[in-house]
Amino acid sequence: MFIKQLSVFIENQEGRLEEVLDVLKQEEVSIISLSLADTSEYGLLRMITSNPEAGQKALKEKGFAAMLTDVLAVKLSHQVGKLQEVLSHVCKAGLNVEYMYALSNKDNEASIICKISNGDEAAELLKSKEVELYSQDDIMKIFC
Amino acid sequence: MIWNETKECMSRDELEFLQSKRLVKIVDRVYHNVEFYRKKMQELGVEPGDINGIEDLHKLPYTTKNDLRDTYPFGLFAAPQSEIVRIHASSGTTGKATVVGYTRRDLEIWSECVARALAQAGVTRDDIIQVAYGYGLFTGGLGAHGGAEKLGAMVVPMSTGNTKKLTTMMKDFGVTAIACTPSYLLHIAEVLEEAGDIPNIKLKAAVCGAEPWTDNMRKQIEQRLHINAFDIYGLSEVMGPGVACDCEYHKGLHVYEDHFLPEIIDPDTLKPMEKGETGELVFTTLTKEGLPLLRYRTKDLTSISYDKCECGRTLARISRFKGRSDDMLIIRGVNVFPSQIEAALLEMGGVTPHYMMIVDRKNNLDTLEIQVEVEERFFSDEIKDLESLTKKIAHVIQNAIGLAAKIKLVAPKTLERSMGKAVHVIDKRKLV
Repeated sequence: MFIKQLSVFIENQEGRLEEVLDVLKQEEVSIISLSLADTSEYGLLRMITSNPEAGQKALKEKGFAAMLTDVLAVKLSHQVGKLQEVLSHVCKAGLNVEYMYALSNKDNEASIICKISNGDEAAELLKSKEVELYSQDDIMKIFC
Repeated sequence: MIWNETKECMSRDELEFLQSKRLVKIVDRVYHNVEFYRKKMQELGVEPGDINGIEDLHKLPYTTKNDLRDTYPFGLFAAPQSEIVRIHASSGTTGKATVVGYTRRDLEIWSECVARALAQAGVTRDDIIQVAYGYGLFTGGLGAHGGAEKLGAMVVPMSTGNTKKLTTMMKDFGVTAIACTPSYLLHIAEVLEEAGDIPNIKLKAAVCGAEPWTDNMRKQIEQRLHINAFDIYGLSEVMGPGVACDCEYHKGLHVYEDHFLPEIIDPDTLKPMEKGETGELVFTTLTKEGLPLLRYRTKDLTSISYDKCECGRTLARISRFKGRSDDMLIIRGVNVFPSQIEAALLEMGGVTPHYMMIVDRKNNLDTLEIQVEVEERFFSDEIKDLESLTKKIAHVIQNAIGLAAKIKLVAPKTLERSMGKAVHVIDKRKLV
């Protein structure tokens, strides 16, 4: 029920982001979705990719701090209030959203990637509310 | 093991008698062979006849690095050129290099001192030792090399620059000891760890020097490599590595006092300080022929203990350096030693001791930025975790130096690794 996100620490320095992307290109790792969180000193690049393990290995070899994190990919239909509905479950359970960004896919659906405090509890909760989650396999299909 | 028990375990009376005898001789030698010293002594109204023993040491003039530069290249040599068999020169970070010369006997004594240090670290003729200080004008490589050969160990003269070859030979030869700078040894440990090679090495001892390091850094090296690490001290002007070294009790570095007479002075008033007080370390060489120096000011800050050590040696011990009087930074009026930052970071855990201090002055106010590498296991995908790590580091450092610093996290292995002396400070203020 979780999918692997590849996260990379990037110093605020000219060309660093491009370097990361170049490493992934060389490794033929494709990016389906990303978010770039920035502070004045550094950035955090979070990505959903075709091969997170290979991406992490290649980045580490090039000296980048890269890690894999379990995140939830939540399937939503294009309807007003759908995201609010999902979040209301999360809030009622006293859970926090650590971060969230959109997942692009081919279907006519909206989806989000999110990390919620206490991931296991959040996943169980969403499933019990019949919210659909992508599996790692589902994500792989997007690349096909 | 004690290499030379007669000299290293002498009673204080006997030692002082020997030192006095040698001091009288060396004063005579420089007065008659070195114009610089003759003039200086004449200015002070001192003649060789006024020096009857170490109790008269305070009457002699000081020598500084500048004096060596002013008499560049051979002005302070006390032996004719035909007797000088080797030259070394210190890295000329400011101005001209300082040149030092050795007679054959000087080299023999140097090797004797380094052999004592290595024996103190448990190295014997049965060991294989890699010397990974730079070979060449720097005293580290050839100095350690000579001592290791004197000891009878099998010497692998690695020099610096090819860490991959070093670690490969370390494994293949079954190297049991290494001599290099502590920061380079940490780099070697990183390389071995990455390759998963720690279980494949037979290293048991390291003799590290040429830069100040903390006790915590020693412990970290010992834990990561499963070895014992020892602090060797020396400076090219006085001889090179092997002026002093610590023993297995790690309670200060034993000075080879039969060759180097230490004192502690107040660097401001230049008056000798009371026993046990911290001040600037000053050496008078007692047996050197090529370049004997009277009261050479090292700029290293330390104190001396004359108590007999648990190891059996009676030689005085200098405590771990509090820094150098000339690498001390004054930031917003606060005295800061880079070694304090290192100690604080290591105590905190979770960060590597690789750091860079950037001191600047903006709007007439000193700023201090400290770049710290994020260790892999502390890296997070959440900004708030990285921010709390930053805050924690800032807090620990403020406690250590009494000064707020801006902390900047940088990616692992991005700060420059040094093969020689580590550079930890970039001072952009141009105060001089």
